[in-house]
Amino acid sequence: MPMTKLCPIITLRQLTGDVFSLTLEAGELARTTRPGQFVNIRCGEGLLLRRPISVCDVEGSLLTVVFQVKGEGTQWLSRRQAGEKLDVLGPLGHGYDIPQGKVLVVGGGIGVPPMLYAAKCCQEADACVGFRSADNAILLEELNAVCGKVVIASDDGTLGVHGFVDSLVRQALSEDGYAAVFACGPRPMLKSVARAAKEGNIPCFVSMEERMGCGVGACLVCACSVGGHYKHVCKDGPVFNAEEVDW
Amino acid sequence: MEKIDLSVDFAGVTLKNPVVVASGTFGFGREFGQFYDLSELGGICVKGLTLHPREGNPPPRIAETPMGILNSVGLQNPGVDGFIAHELPWLREHDVKIIANISGNTPEEYGIMCEKLSRAGVDMIEVNISSPNVKAGGLQYGVVPEMAAQVTEEAKGHSDVPVMVKLSPNVTDITAIARAAAEAGADALSLINTIRGMRIDVRTRRPVLKMNTGGLSGPAVLPVAVRMVWEVAQAVDLPILGMGGVSKGEDAAQLMLAGASAVAVGTACFADPYAPLRVRDSLEKIAAEQGLARMSELTGGVKPW
Repeated sequence: MPMTKLCPIITLRQLTGDVFSLTLEAGELARTTRPGQFVNIRCGEGLLLRRPISVCDVEGSLLTVVFQVKGEGTQWLSRRQAGEKLDVLGPLGHGYDIPQGKVLVVGGGIGVPPMLYAAKCCQEADACVGFRSADNAILLEELNAVCGKVVIASDDGTLGVHGFVDSLVRQALSEDGYAAVFACGPRPMLKSVARAAKEGNIPCFVSMEERMGCGVGACLVCACSVGGHYKHVCKDGPVFNAEEVDW
Repeated sequence: MEKIDLSVDFAGVTLKNPVVVASGTFGFGREFGQFYDLSELGGICVKGLTLHPREGNPPPRIAETPMGILNSVGLQNPGVDGFIAHELPWLREHDVKIIANISGNTPEEYGIMCEKLSRAGVDMIEVNISSPNVKAGGLQYGVVPEMAAQVTEEAKGHSDVPVMVKLSPNVTDITAIARAAAEAGADALSLINTIRGMRIDVRTRRPVLKMNTGGLSGPAVLPVAVRMVWEVAQAVDLPILGMGGVSKGEDAAQLMLAGASAVAVGTACFADPYAPLRVRDSLEKIAAEQGLARMSELTGGVKPW
């Protein structure tokens, strides 16, 4: 059940030039968060819409989100101090259903963070992650701690394999057996990961993104075409079966 | 201190308090019903219904603007039959007035929907006359007085429950439309619907909304709503449901002083699911500070210069 809660900031850390990690004391909200779900954070008084951010990690009552500064709201968020309280609405959305067996988690850029908590909740997981360059890499240490294997690609070749993450996915699927693929990242990446999983006959679940209003499913703005109909990312998703998404 | 009587008589329907939630911002109540008992509300204007199910517009459907939001949802809804079968029975389990918001392509469609909905047992019908009119080649019912009257008559002729007509602010003289609806038999008016607007991403040079333009709501539109409620209240003798940018008690009080008998909270629910209850409580506080016995004493109480 979603709730609204004023959550004190425990830490706010800069991970790269424009990516920040924010850990909140979120009590019951954290304890009831499932992998793949998100929280909707109020960013100051002047902005009417909360900012939806997927959950990166949960440790007891501590909830961590990793976000990229994209506009006014996230900029405001990046300038908070430990001890300040944030107005958080969550946990929201339909996350990943954890299957029996090993899962391949796939993240691209700012799509990597939710994969950490997802991997942690699986019996066993390997990870394929992609970044623009070595400077943009995040959460590698954390992923290594919870995954069997972590393979990396970068667009410019400065870290890991030169290229896109979907080639890593094809390779991983050919080398090992997986119960499912979980993916989060830019839409073109999700599309090609979904294709790779389909070729390998592995169920694939993707976390979709769309501009959001209420975050709870009432305003119907975050439409995403799934199975020939507009579903809503905040309530029906953000995680959808990749086979049903109308790419 | 005496308890203030929060209830209002609205076109013969008793609302336990004057705070209603606005159509399109509250779905069919299920989502916000997870946060509090819907019986706390004066009424619920449900998501806009059409005769047949609609998929709505392609995304993006929302853009944030200074103290406002633009939306272009495009009336995504399960159709009036889907609503009656799957949503209304659940809503009816709550002690709250249900106001069905409807949009039609033709006057006849409004009539058919009114018949179905009043038979199904809603408390009131809110006729949205700001939707595209296929028959008249893209004109809107809400901007031509004769057409507003025609739709109102059709709705009234097929409804056993009070009919409220929702006015569009995208007109030169809103009182002309208000008078037309009143003369055609409307039991109440609601205003304002969203104001047409546009936002452009300077880098991509693309409008943020996929439909290019959309409807503006949020605190930015409050002064427009207050002005229009004030004008309409002087032009017609009908109860008014005032809405547009209400996010706190003082906003609601302004609309009531301008002439509204009840107010609707909409966009404010997105930032705060509890907004309607907070508005209700702070409205009560304002009434108490002013020594009122009944909330309805605020209605029309403005003292113009």
